[in-house]
Amino acid sequence: MDLVQLQRQLVNYRTSLYHEGFLDEQFTQLQELQDENNPDFVVEVVSLFFEDSERLLNELSKALEQQIIDFKRMDARVHQLKGSSSSIGAQRVRQLCVIFRNYCEAQNVEGCLKCLQQVKHEYSIVKTKLESMFQLEQQILNAGGSIPV
Amino acid sequence: MGMAADSEFHVLAVDDSIIDRKLIERLLKTSSYQVTTVDSGSKALEFLGLHEDDRIHQNTPSVSPNNHQWRLQEVEVNLVITDYCMPGMTGYDLLKKIKESSSLKNIPVVIMSSENVPSRISRCLEEGAEEFFLKPVRLSDLSKLRPHLLKTKSKDHCKEQVDEKPAFPSPKQEGKEEQQQSKNNKRKAMEEGVSPERTRPRPNGITSMV
Repeated sequence: MDLVQLQRQLVNYRTSLYHEGFLDEQFTQLQELQDENNPDFVVEVVSLFFEDSERLLNELSKALEQQIIDFKRMDARVHQLKGSSSSIGAQRVRQLCVIFRNYCEAQNVEGCLKCLQQVKHEYSIVKTKLESMFQLEQQILNAGGSIPV
Repeated sequence: MGMAADSEFHVLAVDDSIIDRKLIERLLKTSSYQVTTVDSGSKALEFLGLHEDDRIHQNTPSVSPNNHQWRLQEVEVNLVITDYCMPGMTGYDLLKKIKESSSLKNIPVVIMSSENVPSRISRCLEEGAEEFFLKPVRLSDLSKLRPHLLKTKSKDHCKEQVDEKPAFPSPKQEGKEEQQQSKNNKRKAMEEGVSPERTRPRPNGITSMV
């Protein structure tokens, strides 16, 4: 694939992520903070988000396996996940966290279990999509091109 | 224009989220501020030099038990921006401690929160916060910081400038002035003035540095 095609593919891919609600305006804000002096800013923040989310999702899974469920602590974790997904523009994950928090507050185990599955699912989708997008960007850079805004 | 270059302003950002620390750091640097980030209110107070007796602490290298490198140097903070929801000390608690401190009370404090709770907002503003930003914070929000910073900065004392602009008054001279100016919010590590190489804050044991 030539450079122009790659760039077009990237733009289309990015646009679809917004249209399908995976990303929101906050992701655009992140991109605007990236420049020649900080060329890896978006990848760095998103990588931190991946690490942090995986830790939180593990902790949430463990919390729901306990005999006595600590809803307050769970809620604190979901709050953190909501915050970080909001900060990078991962819209669907953020929206699910809102619902998840409601179930925590209601101390509804079934609701929490279901929500956790959904959050894990949405998280893995957006992770895959962002990684694909970064790969495309890298291909463009390797081909000597610049990443279209 | 005189001294109003924003790189003279040093902002201390406090947030327990590593993602948000990275974000606020980039936002602040893009706005040309110097930034130090810490991950808790207690580390923020440590960095600001607040001790139980609420006096400005003078360290000498051989004597200080907590011999963090940066305590030996000028650390001036012109604004604190803090998350509200943090484990242990909340942003509100931190705000209170700063405003109750005779040495720190003139430092403008800004609160950030992901939750839009009117009672929370008014509580913070009543306690003396200059601004309350909803997260995620944007570049446009940061433009609101400048007036608060300009109000507190007087033109005689940019310690961070000593390296670059030898024309500034010498540290010793300023030391005398600042005893009277509580709003400088400085900690002087040593009586005799600080050599230029040591005016840059170098936090040790803190999440990230300027």
